[in-house]
Amino acid sequence: MNQTLPTKRRLKIKGDSVWGYAFIATALVVFSLFTAYPVISAFIISLQEYRPLGSTYVGLENFKESFASELFWKAIKNTAVYTILTVPVNIFLAFIVSIFILPFKKRTQTVFKAVYYLPAVASGVALAVVWLWIFDPLQSGIFNQLISLFGISNQNWLGSSSTSMFSLVLMSWLSSHGTSIIIFVAALLGIDKSYYEAADIDGANFFQKLWFIVIPFLKPTTLFLLVTGVIGSFQVFQNAYLMTGGGPDHATTMVGLLIFNNAFTYFEFGQAAAQSLVLALIIAIISFIQFKFFGNDVEY
Amino acid sequence: MGLFNNNFKNKWQLFTRNGLIIAFLLLFAAATIFPIYFMIISSFGDPVEAGAMSYSILPSKISFESYKFFFDFSPHTYSWLLNSLIVAAVTMVSNVFFATLAGYAFSKIDFKGSKVLFAVLLGSMMIPYQVTQVPLYILIVNIFDLQNTYTALIAPSLVTVYNIFLVKQFMSNIPKEIIEASKMEGCSQPKLFFYIILPLSKTVMAVMAILTFMESWNTFFWPFLVTNTMDMQTIQVGLKNFRFANTTYFAPMMAGATISAVPMFILFFSLQRYFLEGVTVGAVKG
Repeated sequence: MNQTLPTKRRLKIKGDSVWGYAFIATALVVFSLFTAYPVISAFIISLQEYRPLGSTYVGLENFKESFASELFWKAIKNTAVYTILTVPVNIFLAFIVSIFILPFKKRTQTVFKAVYYLPAVASGVALAVVWLWIFDPLQSGIFNQLISLFGISNQNWLGSSSTSMFSLVLMSWLSSHGTSIIIFVAALLGIDKSYYEAADIDGANFFQKLWFIVIPFLKPTTLFLLVTGVIGSFQVFQNAYLMTGGGPDHATTMVGLLIFNNAFTYFEFGQAAAQSLVLALIIAIISFIQFKFFGNDVEY
Repeated sequence: MGLFNNNFKNKWQLFTRNGLIIAFLLLFAAATIFPIYFMIISSFGDPVEAGAMSYSILPSKISFESYKFFFDFSPHTYSWLLNSLIVAAVTMVSNVFFATLAGYAFSKIDFKGSKVLFAVLLGSMMIPYQVTQVPLYILIVNIFDLQNTYTALIAPSLVTVYNIFLVKQFMSNIPKEIIEASKMEGCSQPKLFFYIILPLSKTVMAVMAILTFMESWNTFFWPFLVTNTMDMQTIQVGLKNFRFANTTYFAPMMAGATISAVPMFILFFSLQRYFLEGVTVGAVKG
């Protein structure tokens, strides 16, 4: 008896192992085929002049060409400008709203959260179509009507290279912040009440509580939103594609859009693959820097 | 007492402060949902060419002519909706099943290499979509020759890493004792999974089902790349085609946008709890 038990148990663990592999099998096949293989393949294609029947190896030519291209740098600059103008502002807006939601009853909070989340449910294409009309350059366009109240003359929002980037940024500011708000509120509710009570005893006012309790506590949440926000923003190009096509004069050509055009408008797959790897590298470096600078005392 | 001071000597002070806050929140809410309001209101306008008309933000009349105009645009408008439904439904079912299975295995079964494999999966989430886009397109279209098929639309998202992560995150809350006790009783892994784990994971499965369905319904670029005839397109691709073909027809365009968005609004309002919950489940300890 004493001897059979361990053997049996070992068998059972071994059996478990088999089930473990069986359970992840489908996921693993899908992952290998549609993520792992494409990533490896991207490296190979980036070194090739791709042709469906027989590509030729060109070494680092695609990378060299990209770095020599003015448009590539402009696209990186546009993406960086877009990210700097949207991500911090969006996080700040979500933070303010979350703070203001806090004093209300749970039901009121839920209603507001739902309202702020709602636009995220609509498809990007539908929203792009709607915003195109909000940005209508004619006198009758919604935004032109709005700014005329302040005595500002008509703008050719998406059609002029001086305002097109700003228009996309504005659209991002006014889009759904529901996800960030929900995450912030959850984090805010996680702060123990005793901290506030201690602060009250010391006679701290609202802003002191905000500065010394809330902001330090929300640091990990903010970092999470910042990193995911920047990663997301560097890949954004659907609005640029649908609303401006990257124009006018490439003022809104983001890296993502440039890669898309290289691949599926000009069928320069090698070029596109090379640029996508550069993009991946940039994203990795930025994420690393963010963790390094802001994440000292953040534990994951 | 919390962050906000609620001990005002004067009741009116509290009232004023809350009033100001509510006003700010409402203003911001109005700004966020304005595009959707504008879209729905305008979709009831007449299908006339813009230019002569001016848009108003108040409904002037209710007519369904623009919806008719949108559906008459192509004989395949209904197929777009049907295709979106089929793709989203299959993607949803497959994700719920396979991601739950894999998430459970990664969370509760000890097998060699599980930690490394999971780390690889997580790491892959950092890779921008652009990197896999071109090779994936070549794989599906040139190598497998699947252009314009449901398989091409569905296969790449049969089970996503994000969903596996979601499930694993959720399952870490299921106590190990339950699983060990069932094993003592001689419960095999599949039995354990179907009779004990699944009933305990209804929430995460519901969250995943909804988010996956929405994601799939709203996705644009992939269906746009792998379909080349109108009858195989999804509603998002169809809407884009409609826009490029009718750049001046304002109300019908809004009708199209409304049609593409309304199913998700209905889903959202009826299952709101899961939507909002889904956001936090995924974000905990990013």
